[in-house]
Formats: sequence, structure tokens, C-alpha cells
Amino acid sequence: MISVTDQFPPTNKPSESLAGVTVRLAGDSGDGMQLLGTQLTNTSALSGNDVATFPDFPAEIRAPRGTRAGVSGFQVQFSAEEIFTPGDGLDALVCMNPAALVTNLGDLKRSGVLIVNSDSFEAKDLKLAKLESSPLEDGTIEAYRTIKVAMTALTRGAVEPTGLSVKLADRCKNFFAMGLVFWLYGRDVEPTLRFIDQKFSSKPEIAEANRLALKAGWNYGETTEDFASTYQVPAAELAPGTYRNIMGNQALAWGLITAAKLSDKELFLGSYPITPASDILHELSKHKNFGVRTFQAEDEIAAVCSAVGAAFGGSMAITTSSGPGIALKGEGMGLGMILELPMIIIDVQRGGPSTGLPTKTEQSDLMMAMYGRNGESPLPIIAARSPSDCFNVAIEAWRVATKFMVPVLILSDGFIANGAEPWKLPDIEALEKIDIEHPVQPNDGDTFLPYARNEHLARPWALPGTPELMHRVGGLEKQDGTGNVSYDPDNHQYMVETRAKKVELVADFVDPIEVEGSDEGTLVISWGGTYGACHTAVSTCIADGVKVGHVHLRWLNPFPRNLGEIIKRYDQVLVPELNMGQLRALIKQQYLVDAQGLNKIKGKPFHVNEIVDGINAISK
Amino acid sequence: MSTELPVLKPADFASDQDVRWCPGCGDYSILAQMKKVLAELGKTPENTVFISGIGCSSRFPYYMNTYGMHSIHGRAPAFATGLKSTRPELDVWVITGDGDALSIGGNHFMHIIRRNVDVNIILFNNAIYGLTKGQYSPTSKVGTVTKSTPRGSIDHPLNPVSVAIAAEASFVARSIDTNIKHLVKTLIRASEHKGTSFVEVYQNCNVFNDGTWAYAKDKATKLDTTVELEHGKPLIFANGTKGIRLNGFTPEIVDLEKVAQDDLLFHDEKTDNSQLAFLLSRMRYPEFPEPIGVFRDIDRPTYDDMINSQVDDARADKGDGELGKLFSSGDTWTVG
Repeated sequence: MISVTDQFPPTNKPSESLAGVTVRLAGDSGDGMQLLGTQLTNTSALSGNDVATFPDFPAEIRAPRGTRAGVSGFQVQFSAEEIFTPGDGLDALVCMNPAALVTNLGDLKRSGVLIVNSDSFEAKDLKLAKLESSPLEDGTIEAYRTIKVAMTALTRGAVEPTGLSVKLADRCKNFFAMGLVFWLYGRDVEPTLRFIDQKFSSKPEIAEANRLALKAGWNYGETTEDFASTYQVPAAELAPGTYRNIMGNQALAWGLITAAKLSDKELFLGSYPITPASDILHELSKHKNFGVRTFQAEDEIAAVCSAVGAAFGGSMAITTSSGPGIALKGEGMGLGMILELPMIIIDVQRGGPSTGLPTKTEQSDLMMAMYGRNGESPLPIIAARSPSDCFNVAIEAWRVATKFMVPVLILSDGFIANGAEPWKLPDIEALEKIDIEHPVQPNDGDTFLPYARNEHLARPWALPGTPELMHRVGGLEKQDGTGNVSYDPDNHQYMVETRAKKVELVADFVDPIEVEGSDEGTLVISWGGTYGACHTAVSTCIADGVKVGHVHLRWLNPFPRNLGEIIKRYDQVLVPELNMGQLRALIKQQYLVDAQGLNKIKGKPFHVNEIVDGINAISK
Repeated sequence: MSTELPVLKPADFASDQDVRWCPGCGDYSILAQMKKVLAELGKTPENTVFISGIGCSSRFPYYMNTYGMHSIHGRAPAFATGLKSTRPELDVWVITGDGDALSIGGNHFMHIIRRNVDVNIILFNNAIYGLTKGQYSPTSKVGTVTKSTPRGSIDHPLNPVSVAIAAEASFVARSIDTNIKHLVKTLIRASEHKGTSFVEVYQNCNVFNDGTWAYAKDKATKLDTTVELEHGKPLIFANGTKGIRLNGFTPEIVDLEKVAQDDLLFHDEKTDNSQLAFLLSRMRYPEFPEPIGVFRDIDRPTYDDMINSQVDDARADKGDGELGKLFSSGDTWTVG
């Protein structure tokens, strides 16, 4: 038997050690770039690197071939150090066609490695990319270390023994590119070989062709003189433990399943497919043996309403969506709020307004989360800061929802949802249980008061099926205690204030916020998926001697109790956000501080450098 | 050996809240018959849930001493689906109106029916918007003059029974608020059916649309304007003097002095094919007597059964989910 090492021998070329590398793979949306990126990420993580990814793809499933609109990219940073972002400038860029080259070249560092499939730069390809001349010949690529590889021809040659048609052979190109990239960075091919076996188990000829293409790419690097050396990125020093790679939506789903287990609940998800939230529905629907029921509703409204119905029945009820869907769910969320039932509403934010940029990231739903319902309808809001953080956020959200009997909103975003990073598996035994009590007898003599309140202002969660506790809930204002319909003016004021107070009390229950860095000078306040970029930027500035501190908000409603006191210590406040300044407006309103904004609304995450520049610009 | 259970009376299903419908409203009768039916069927208040949307009829849950939810406009079927999917042992009723079910809630109405969630939907059809003080509804006849249609409404009405049948309903019936015996009988049939039971009730709004169903309710006319459906029996009305016969695909009224009963259209509520039920639903006054009773009652797997079977099957196949196994599925690596 031929071993993997025989087939993919270690390089004889000199190898240079690097602390970290940022690579982007770009091609047509049908070229399999996402698959290539995922494989590179997994094998890097498995070899002990810290990794962070940024998949970037068009909303169309198959945008017109070869056009700039159809370019799909996958960026990954793998590092020997702890990292928090998928990287700013690219060390290497792989381009499968001219459109991918012109739309991505601007991010490649000067003298970075550019690998192109030179077979796809024919006149027709240039025309599709709306190019007058070939960037390979007109000086466009002069500043880079360009390696032109005839990938199409080489792949066809490599897979010839399988007898595949040219069309199918050409689809193996991404595995050729993968082989080459894996060779260049000394990546382990074994996990990918396993993946090929599993993925194409029913199509052995395709599996064989992909293996041949992978091997051809590897050998091409080793044999030709195009590449003088390879690179090695040693393992990072991560905390001891068992790790796996995890994406944000997957981590959310697993966090929800874990929260259901911790609270001894069955899980119900009412959801309507929407980018970029659908993967939570997909993931949860795979795990029915955890007592998970998923309901793909007829629309967003039915999705949230079914969740309220399930919450009334005593399930851990969830609805998931993105901005446009959350807009539709507003009335149902308001009902959940006035019914004072625990549930979780997840908004995986994307570029807006309206349909906006479905596959791009943005943080522009914060105000909708805060105020996007009729009447006085505050809800606790928690935001995840990274893919793996989604796991903890899901559990914390359910803890608060059940403690206070209130729907909790989780904000994620497209960047976190599709991004991946290593996740240290939690010690399951150490996870704190979530205690939930359902009353079994009247709470006021012989009478049951469905809106009697405990010290958290929470009402009892009495379930249908319980004798003597029959009660009616509804969207009309209700009398405190009895829950009967009430138009009494004083009662209405009391109920509005009480429901708001309940959200405020959440602040007593969550950890105070901590400052990273300096406690004077400039304060950076961030929330959600910009954590990595802000954290890295602040660390960079501190290393340069700038006085700057950083707080990252996990709870957006209520704000942590100590935030006001922290803000007072600083001369200026900078709020970087992927929106027009929504958190900044809330901060200014609540703390009367002249916070400055750093706002990017391009459908893309922050580069670290953009925040470094922002900090330097306002710091004295 | 059986333990004697306390027998509940209709009054045991009444909540302590004052009923606030207008005096003379048809809703009172439906409420009274519902309590009677639940008592008669031996239902228990704690295992019964009424879910409604918005509108006059949707105040119904407040008046029942059961569990209840007065939800938002048009969405009661969605709440009911979430509840019944997770608590299939509960007896779940949806109370709705013509605007609630067919206008703002048209989508949910159609989808709960096609899914065959095991709930009973009672649609109080008064062909008007009562709670918002008298605008025309999706079941109002063309030309209905209301505050919002001073020159008469111009939209063609929906026929609730036809809509339900087209949405693949497994149980469809029609009754009348003041026809107490028939209403009780129909509600019992609806309750006994497993799957979505849809019942349209002709309900009079004596304030904004008084007399809209007078032809079907008045003693003087009802025998000629309605025909009671009975499974396996011919369609006979007008005190046994007239019947309905099929002429090709078209029903026609025939005189029983001239036509033998065997030549009449025989009702079959159990046939899998919904064409007969649909044809019957198209018989409208004044051209035809309007059928009341059960149009269709077939067996079809219910959504709540299936969603729960999938969970049970997954647990049987894979065992109860274990977090440790889940987390370490796929590739992992160890540091330190």
C-alpha cells in the first residue's frame, strides 16, 4: 500500500518559517473556492495554527460565469500566534480567472505571492471580466511575485486516467489549486483525502480524479522552478484542551442545543429560510435526537408566532432570521414581550436596507433590535463577538430569558455566521444548569395569578395541562397579577414601566464589563463581530505607545452597570461600527458623551489598520 | 375497572370575565354551544387551549375557563402549530373570523390546513369587519356598501369552504350560529376528527351586517335555501320535495315527484378525491340551497404526529443526544 507520504512527499526545497499567513482564494462562484478555503482552514487548524476565516461570495448561486459579479472568495489567516481577524493585507492570492484577479488584487500586499490559472486569460475571459487587455501582460501584476500556472491543462492531464469528460475534469481545478497551496505552506493533505473519500463515496471516479488533481498540484510546486521555497507556520500556543474548528451559525445551534440540555427542555425552532441565518435551521434539523423540533414555517411571521406558541406550551422556543425577516417578525416579538414568555430571537445581520446585500456583513439592525416594535417594547439584546462566542451567547441568552420571563434577542452577523475559528471544547460537567420552575398549584389562595411577579419581576411560567392554573394571555394590556384585560390608565403605566424595569434588571445578573488596555486617553467601544479587529487594533496602538483602552459590549440592552463610570475616565471615545453610528447614538443618548464614530458600510468587516488609523486620528 | 371522573358541566368551562359582545351577536350562541360540546365530550379545561387572532370572534378565549391565547391578527394558526407540534396531547382550538382567517391571515390559514395540524378551526363568518366598525370583508358580496366602500365593494369574495378544500383540508364543515342542534353536532364531529378540522359558521353581526345569512336562518326560507349533508345519503331539501342531481359536472335542482331518489347526488364525505366536496362548496344561494354539515372527512397523517415521530425515530436510531459526542464529531485536535 502506498502511504500518504509517498504520494505527497515532504518538500526538498528550502522552507521559510512565518509567524502567520493570510491567503485568499478567488474564482468563479462555481469554481469551488469555498470548498478549497474550508479545507485549507481545517487542515491548518488541525496542525495547531490559530485560524480565522472570511468567506465572501455573491448572493446569486451561479452568477454569470467569468464576470466580476460572480467572483467568490475565501480568505483565511493561519498563524503561530493567537489571532482575532482573518487578516488585512494578503500574503498570497490565488486567482482562477481575470475577474477574480481584478477584483481582489488591491488587497494583495506588495511583493505578495499571486498564483493565477493562466489558462483562463483568453480573449473571451477578458471580455467577460470587462478588461481591454490581459492583466498578466499589461503591467497590472508587476509589483507581485506572480506565478502563472496552466491549471486547466495540467488538471485535464492529471485526471486523464479516470476517463472523465473535459467538463467534469475541469471541475477538479480547485483540487489542483489546493494541492499547490497545501504544498506551498506544508499543509497536511490527509484530512482532505478523508474528506474526498466521504464526500464522493458514491462517485469513486470523481473521488479518484480529485485525488489526482490534488497530487498534481502538490507535485507541480515541488517539481517546477516557479517556486524557490515553501513556507512553514508553526503551531500556535493555544490553551491546553481539545479543539475543533467551528463556524458561527454552527456554534449558535450547538449553544442552543446545550442550553436546552442544561435546562432540561425540548427545543423548538420556528424559522423561514433566509441568508445568512439558514444554516442554523439546517444544523438544528440534523439533531432531532436531542429533542429538537424544527418547523420551516410559511413565512417569517408564522415562524416567530409558532415559537411563541411553543413557548406557551413550555418548550425552549427559538426563531432565527436576518434583518428583513426580523422586520416582519416585529408584531410577534411584541406579543412575546407582553405575554412575558421566554424565547430566543436570533438576527444574523446582513447588509441592508431592504433586501440589501444578503451575503455581506453589516451591524445595522441594532436600532431595529432596540426600537423596532410598536409601543414601549424593550427586549434584552446580546451580541456575539466571534464564531465560537456564539456558543456561549446562546446559553447566556436562554439563561436570561428564563430567569426574567422575556424574549431575548441575539445579534450575530454574516461575518461571524460564516467565519470559522478554533473552539476549545467546553467541559460539559462544568456548565451551570439552568433551573426552570413551572408552578403546579395556585399562588394566591385558591386563585392562580398568571402575572404575579418574583424578585426579578418574572411571572410564573404555568403550562397548559396543569389543573387549576388555567389562564388566558393576550396582546391586550393586562392587569398586573390577574392578567385580565385592563384599560386602567395607572395599570398601563405600571405595566409599561415594569416590563422596562425587568429588562434593566438583567444588568444585575450579567458580569460587569472589563477594560482591556489603558485606563486613560482614548476609549474604543465596540460590539458584535468587530471585536477581533478592534482588539487587534488596540493592542497594536498600545504597543506603539498610544494611550487607548477597549471595552467590548456583550449586552447592548441593558448596558453594563459600570459602562458610564468607565467612559468618564477617558478624554475621548471612539465607536467603530459597520453602520452609520447606531451604538454611538445610544451611547451619546445614555451617557451624554461626545463619542466619535468610525463607520464603514461596505458590506465588509473592518481591517485592523482602519481602526488603528481611527484611534491615532483622535488620540492626543 | 374505571375510576369515576367528576362530570363537568358547560358552566365549568366559563371564565369569570364578562362577555362583551354586542347584545344579539351570533357569537353568544357559538360560545354556549362550545361549552356544551366540551362538557359532553368529557374534555377537561386544563387540557384545552383556545387560540384566536384579532376581531370580535377572537375575544372568545377570554370567556373560556381553559388555557387560552388572544394572539395577533391573522396568525392564530401559526401559534397553534407551534403549540400543537410540541404539546400534541393538548386539545387545541383556533377561533377566527372571515377577516382574520382569509384576509390578513390567509397565508397561515392555507398552510395549517395543508399540514393537517390536529387542531379545530372555527371560522365565525359574518361577512363584515365588526371590531373596526363595519368595513367589508373578504367574504362580503360584491357591492356591499360600507364606510370604506360607499359606492359598494368591488372585490370578488372568497368562499371559505372552497378555500379550505383547495388547501387540501382533511375535514371541512359548515354550520349556522342559531341552528343549535346542527352546530353542536358539527362541533363534535370537528373535535372527533384527527387532523385540521375546519368549520365555517354563518354568524350574524346584528350591528354592522344584520341579516346577511337571513335566508339560511329564517324558518320561512331555510328549508329551501339550505341542504343538510349526510354521508351516504342523497341531497334532499325543501321538506323532502326537492333534490340535487348531477348533470355532467353540474349540479341541478330536481323535483322529487319526477325524479327517483336513486338518481340524486349521494354525499360521500370520505372519498379521497376532493372534487365532490369542492363541487358542493360551489353551490351558493340563491341559485342553489347551500350545503350545511360535513363536506369532507378523510384520514391523513397529521403534522404534529409526524414532527414528533421524527424526533422519536432519531432518538431510537442514534440514542438520546449527548453533547460530548456532538462536540467531538468530525476533526478535533489536542493542545498540551
